[in-house]
Amino acid sequence: MSAYRKPLPAVDDLNRPFWEGVRRRELRLLRCEGCGGYRFRSFRLCPKCGGDKATWVETSGKGTIWSYGIFHKAYFEGFKDEVPYNVVLVELAEGPRLYTNLVGARNDQIRIGMPVEAVFEDVTPEVTLVKFKPAG
Amino acid sequence: MPDKQLRGRIAVAGVGNTAFGKLYGNDPYDLGARALKEALADAGLSRDDIDGLLVSRIPDYQRFGEMMGLNPRFAGITPGQGRMSGASIELAAMAIHCGMAKTVALVYGNNGRTAGDRYGGEGDRYGSGGAGPWFPYGMTSPGAVHAIMFQRHAHLYGTRSEQLAHIAVAFRRHAGLNPSAVMRDPITVADHQASRYICEPLHLLDYCLINDGGVAIVLTSAERARDLRKPPVYIRGFAQATRLSESYVPPDDFWRAPLEAVAGDVYAMAGAGRDDMDALMIYDNFSPTVLFSLEGFGFCPVGEGGRFVEGGRLELGGRLPTNTSGGHLSESYMQGWALNVEAVRQIRGECGARQVTDAGLVQYICAAPLVTSIIYGKEPS
Repeated sequence: MSAYRKPLPAVDDLNRPFWEGVRRRELRLLRCEGCGGYRFRSFRLCPKCGGDKATWVETSGKGTIWSYGIFHKAYFEGFKDEVPYNVVLVELAEGPRLYTNLVGARNDQIRIGMPVEAVFEDVTPEVTLVKFKPAG
Repeated sequence: MPDKQLRGRIAVAGVGNTAFGKLYGNDPYDLGARALKEALADAGLSRDDIDGLLVSRIPDYQRFGEMMGLNPRFAGITPGQGRMSGASIELAAMAIHCGMAKTVALVYGNNGRTAGDRYGGEGDRYGSGGAGPWFPYGMTSPGAVHAIMFQRHAHLYGTRSEQLAHIAVAFRRHAGLNPSAVMRDPITVADHQASRYICEPLHLLDYCLINDGGVAIVLTSAERARDLRKPPVYIRGFAQATRLSESYVPPDDFWRAPLEAVAGDVYAMAGAGRDDMDALMIYDNFSPTVLFSLEGFGFCPVGEGGRFVEGGRLELGGRLPTNTSGGHLSESYMQGWALNVEAVRQIRGECGARQVTDAGLVQYICAAPLVTSIIYGKEPS
């Protein structure tokens, strides 16, 4: 098996629970214990209410495509053999958005508003990424 | 809104720039220093007259001050982000107004071309906290963010890539009339459509040009400017608003909320409306930003930017000459600085073949998470 050459997530103390969740096939968000708001960004304080207590919770893994782009230029060596590849901006049912890739559909089948659901891809023995596929 | 009493109280005394392109052997300090020499000569001032210094993209204000032998009373630095050109000019105006300095040198130096800046990939620092979290998915570059925003605009309003082409064609035509512009050969809508995709739906000709160059602007009080070499170009109005919350992803409204807020403030301060503008300088890092700017400032209804830019409306001779220098798409990507200089030169009537007839009011607009606008005028009020 050839080595995985794409960039890997930069895991730190703040986002480690997210990546540990992905490893277990859970898409987690931080949920503020003060206002109940979800956030994708692993800030210590809630951007909505300033509360400093939040819990990582598993989400539905469902969302819709907010928009997308097709990369024809490979800015990373590891993506050179994949162009043109898609990047989709998914709006989760819980509210927050994240950039990811759509799998299980051709680039010309991607539509804004398309319902999608999370899938988990083990890219190295240690690292899993969360991608999305058309909701079935 | 800034105090309306500031209308016409601050003026541009001098502007200067280096050539644009590949300028081997010049770091950002050198480029800034060369531009500042030009701006001081333009104003008829010497280094000793400078008592305020704001540098941008130049990495260290202290080293720049040492290099130039300056001991200003007021000094500062802004990061090398395009939105910071307008913000820096506004900050300098405030410093002069409140007595922190009498004459502020604003200095920008960019050696991105020879230094190999790519605005995508491992070095990408664009966005809130940088783009690093998205690298595993191949998401990188400010161009891709704007491509994704434009895709959404197209979905909501039916905007088409061919409409963006009219922006690129207009600015290239202007660049053909500007001896300093880097890309001067005319292009057509078909050329735009045939240029390769970078991040689809954006083509190569929707992207700005990475180049080397330096730009400097000298600001002072209107009273002082009247005694200097060139006629003053008055700052009639300026304003700022932001959309920083949740800005790790693009906003739902294409920055319309901060754009509308700035529009309301800047026109009120200037005592003039959008229909009074003789030319526009719109921050065109990517062509869709021009649409977002025109819609947010009310030049056309929301969603109609694509139709608005068709038919040569933004070209010299059209109703709303925009980016008469060629802008970032065709002159050089000087991150808003050279667009502000072009506004000044239009007001002074120094633009030769690309001169707008009787340019009395020229507006700079930058649509970004930090929105700015500055209205320059031939008359103080």
